[in-house]
Amino acid sequence: MNQPVINLSPKVSDEVRKTTCYMCACRCGINVHMKDGKVAYIEGNKDHPVNQGVLCAKGSAGIMQHNAPSRLKAPMKRTGPRGSGEFEEITWEEAYDIAVGILEPVRRDNPEKLAFFTGRDQSQSFTSLWAQGFGTPNYAAHGGFCSVNMAAAGIYTMGGAFWEFGQPDWDRTKMVMIFGVAEDHDSNPIKMGLGKVKARGAKVYGVNPIRSGYNAVADEWVGITPGTDGLFILSLVHELFKAGKIDLHYLAQWTNAPVLVNGDEKSEDFGLLMRDKDNKLMVIDRTTGKPAAFDKKGVKPDLAGSQRVKGVTHRSVFQHMAEKYLDPQYAPEAVAEKTGITAERIKRIAAELADVAFNQAIEVKQEWTDFRGETHDKFVGRPVSFHSMRGISAHANGFQTCRALHMLQIILGTVETPGGMRFKPPYPKPPEAHPKPHCKVTPGQALDGPHLGFTHGPDDLALKEDGSPARIDKAFTWENPMSSHGMMHMVISNAHAGVPYKIDTLFMYMANMSWNSSMNTRGVIDMLTDKDENGDYVIPNIIYSDAYSSEMVSYADLILPDTTYLERHDCISLLDRPICEADAVADAIRWPVVEPDRDVKGFQSALCDLGGRLGLPGFVNEDGSQKYQDYADYITNHIRRPGVGPLAGFRGNGDEHGRGESNPGQLDAYIENGGFWMEHVPEDAAFFKPWNMNYQDWAVKKSFFDKPMPYLFNLYVEPMRKFQLAAEGYGTRQPPDHLRERIKATMDPLPIWYSNEDENKADEYPVTALTQRPMAMYHSWGSQNAWLRQIHGHNPLYVPTKIWEENNFKEGDWAKVTSPHGEITVPVAHQAALNENTIWTWNAIGKRKGAWALEDDAPETTKGFLLNHLIHELLPPKGDGLRWSNSDPITGQAAWFDLKVRVTRADAPADTQSQPNIPAQKSPVGKGPENLTWKLGK
Amino acid sequence: MTQLPAHTEKKLGLVIDLDTCVGCHACVVSCKGWNTENYGAALSDQNAYGKDPSGTFLNRVHSYEVQPDQGAAQTIHFPKSCLHCEDAPCVTVCPTGASYKRVEDGIVLVNESDCIGCGLCAWACPYGARELDQAEGVMKKCTLCVDRIYNENLPEEDRQPACVRTCPAGARHFGDLGDETSDVSKLVKERGGFDLMPEQGTKPVNKYLPPRPKDEQIDILAPLLEPVAAEPKGFLGWLDKTLEKL
Repeated sequence: MNQPVINLSPKVSDEVRKTTCYMCACRCGINVHMKDGKVAYIEGNKDHPVNQGVLCAKGSAGIMQHNAPSRLKAPMKRTGPRGSGEFEEITWEEAYDIAVGILEPVRRDNPEKLAFFTGRDQSQSFTSLWAQGFGTPNYAAHGGFCSVNMAAAGIYTMGGAFWEFGQPDWDRTKMVMIFGVAEDHDSNPIKMGLGKVKARGAKVYGVNPIRSGYNAVADEWVGITPGTDGLFILSLVHELFKAGKIDLHYLAQWTNAPVLVNGDEKSEDFGLLMRDKDNKLMVIDRTTGKPAAFDKKGVKPDLAGSQRVKGVTHRSVFQHMAEKYLDPQYAPEAVAEKTGITAERIKRIAAELADVAFNQAIEVKQEWTDFRGETHDKFVGRPVSFHSMRGISAHANGFQTCRALHMLQIILGTVETPGGMRFKPPYPKPPEAHPKPHCKVTPGQALDGPHLGFTHGPDDLALKEDGSPARIDKAFTWENPMSSHGMMHMVISNAHAGVPYKIDTLFMYMANMSWNSSMNTRGVIDMLTDKDENGDYVIPNIIYSDAYSSEMVSYADLILPDTTYLERHDCISLLDRPICEADAVADAIRWPVVEPDRDVKGFQSALCDLGGRLGLPGFVNEDGSQKYQDYADYITNHIRRPGVGPLAGFRGNGDEHGRGESNPGQLDAYIENGGFWMEHVPEDAAFFKPWNMNYQDWAVKKSFFDKPMPYLFNLYVEPMRKFQLAAEGYGTRQPPDHLRERIKATMDPLPIWYSNEDENKADEYPVTALTQRPMAMYHSWGSQNAWLRQIHGHNPLYVPTKIWEENNFKEGDWAKVTSPHGEITVPVAHQAALNENTIWTWNAIGKRKGAWALEDDAPETTKGFLLNHLIHELLPPKGDGLRWSNSDPITGQAAWFDLKVRVTRADAPADTQSQPNIPAQKSPVGKGPENLTWKLGK
Repeated sequence: MTQLPAHTEKKLGLVIDLDTCVGCHACVVSCKGWNTENYGAALSDQNAYGKDPSGTFLNRVHSYEVQPDQGAAQTIHFPKSCLHCEDAPCVTVCPTGASYKRVEDGIVLVNESDCIGCGLCAWACPYGARELDQAEGVMKKCTLCVDRIYNENLPEEDRQPACVRTCPAGARHFGDLGDETSDVSKLVKERGGFDLMPEQGTKPVNKYLPPRPKDEQIDILAPLLEPVAAEPKGFLGWLDKTLEKL
């Protein structure tokens, strides 16, 4: 046979440049293959701790993102009315002059009139420093509308949650249970982990109303009714308590379960934890029967402890838990109907958890010493693990539900044990190690401290002297006292209403607020364009930075064009949202593997310039000159605490890691090392980190904190009780009367579950409507990608069999979906593997005509749609004369997934376009090419 | 009419695990990226930013729902690319000899300089695994990354198809299915790997591993939940006794 001769060893590229992906928030390492100075091919970096060489569809499509026709080209000044998309290109000098002209008087007279919100920013430790220097209290990123419930519940309960904070011990776990889970959060590590677990034959449980993605490969699928996860979890807790299948030793040693709770109903400390004269938490020592400090050497904390003083009995947290969770309201039979899971199945799952945790325990032989000074010869593992993110978070009961999940892990004794859930450095950290919120404004001066943090009682709320909210988003107020990530979703509506006050300038970054990142999209568009009686915009100035022509661009007065992710410096910092693994501390950089071919600049570099021009503390030298020439300069030379900067690796002379002086060659050292730095956790520090002095000492060396800080897990979250006490009338800072009952009911210091159905009028709107993010398309800045849009170019409304048959739906049909707030008409598709009272669609595939350089007949704009039109930032009126926020009453997390609707068959709209069909905006970048043949080589 | 080799020295192919494929499309896009830049003509895209965008892909993931007799419906993700059949009808139907099966490893390739874009091979393939590139007018198909697997410019560990290297869930395996001792052959044996549409008589080299049984609800652990107490008071009695024993 004559076979053609082919070249089996073609040259792959001229050079490989290693940087960090930005196609979603996962932050994998990538190898960028270059030909003739251009990007030829992108693959995963095998040495990188996050992805170990693998790469998802988004990451592999990065070349299309980097070369997207929707890239902004130069700074722009608005010329037409807001929303028209009419701009003229200007120079950076002109752009800075305009920005300084707006911001300088704001800072001089009243810095709170600037609202600076940075969306899906991955540089929050930098942008928050800028906002502090400016002096405004109004700063946050997107956590409030994403997963603050998971993060905050984790920090308050046990010093960390999932993803950046911790992960299942994929190499040892024998059973993994995932609740909800957005497919783009920690996506490659979860896929790698599931692959490992399945290869070992271990069981994967998926708890999710929708059986797609990870739930499709789960060995058992629990198609739960949305919003009832907390009730299901508490029923498992009930069964485990009833059967005594709880890790009593773990609870006694490592948690506040044995700590005494003040039982004196007449005391202003009623329900607070008891402390000794040194202010240490008090337990009963089982050996002596007497009270003792929790951390005394040799103490045996008694879970059954109680103390009777002057006729009042103070009982342990554990006794309160037993009483609460043995209550028949949590019996499987009592919760089966609400959760959609049979009582038999709940019992079987509880038995499986108990079997794996206690009958299949594992041991890792290793000597280690705990914080009480006791030395152990092994780590005992309870190989049950869990993972969850947004699915259980984005409900108004999400904080308590996330707390319940953390409590379930803790009573099984799995957290920080082999096979269980493991923290990733620099976590765990107790809630006290985090800052408290700061909000003191002084004209012309910096803010008095970091904006965001953790409240520990009413004294920490961000209130002005008259008790009114200090922040435009009303974070850290009585409406949501523990809103640790701020509430970006309330900014525009509050600014438009002038409540709690009017602002002058809205300055945003990477936040598509006029489209998929807002509830009530149409309403927000109107707020952004609304004018007052003088004909001026109600929100006077809007400055926006984005790399792409997103829907939000046309609502800004001034555009600061950002670069693509391959053209920029970034640091994935331990001070921010780190990328560590359970066995390693790591951080990473992005660097310009190609220089921009447009007049654009990394947003953080633009902030260095603006900070210099505005004279912001931290951004100017003593002589008033600009301190950081660009973001790379900041990354290299900024000192946060002595010896600690944005990057932990290659400090000093390049051989110091964790702590050390600034190193002018640091970025080069990162590039040389493949774009990241990593160091392994010592083996004797690998588990039981919150209590393991081997870990604590290592963590201090590596700069995670400045002195060892072992702590107990907070099954009982005392700060919540402090807010309840205020609502009961104790203390000087008092909530408004209309909030007292809600605070008492929801701020229970032990996890509870409550329904959100009545508030969302479930009697009239019986179906829950959800969104999911596809694995192959990011929901925020990627939906015009030429390759990925061929996979997810439109988003039908998926309808379960029951609703499909009730409506006699057929392929190609349309449905009218109605909520208490609005109505949409959209194409439907049938999905059998779906909870029977749930409908859903892919998030943010729907695009506005004129945005993202798409043609006006692109399916994203014709058939694609947003559920956001059905969701309001306020709950439907209750008839009490008040409007309540559609958020978690504890954290303010946006309750996206509480949406209740009715679904009916509808005629296809006359224009066969999904409704509402919002008119086109003008594209400031033109349209993309018709055809692509993308090849650099010959 | 083109002839197939009577025998190939190796049978290189893929083993795809349907138990772990989460349907993420990583393999689809990694393949698109590598093969756009490498072997033969670029994989083009038409209406790239417009209505009905359609481009050339050598590998696609399809999703299906399965309704078992008992229990909940299931979702199956099914990646599909050329299966490098031993009796490849796409080769024998080719009028110019452009389609051929390599003697040394069994990879089915298209020699683009001889391809006239007649489309007969795509019609003959029962799996729909070939796509005619609309810009170049030549037939494109999975090459098993023939320009990676032997490529001396790549580190040895990277000498595998792009889809295998990138698969996050580890659901794709590459090797010689003609060698009974290879890892892929062992995997097929252990897991009951199967041929796609064997009735077509094409003898595909690629194999699929079936999903494990799902949603089995056999309750043998019920005794574990034997109550120690039904109410808080009894529970505290049990607690006290148990703590004594600790």
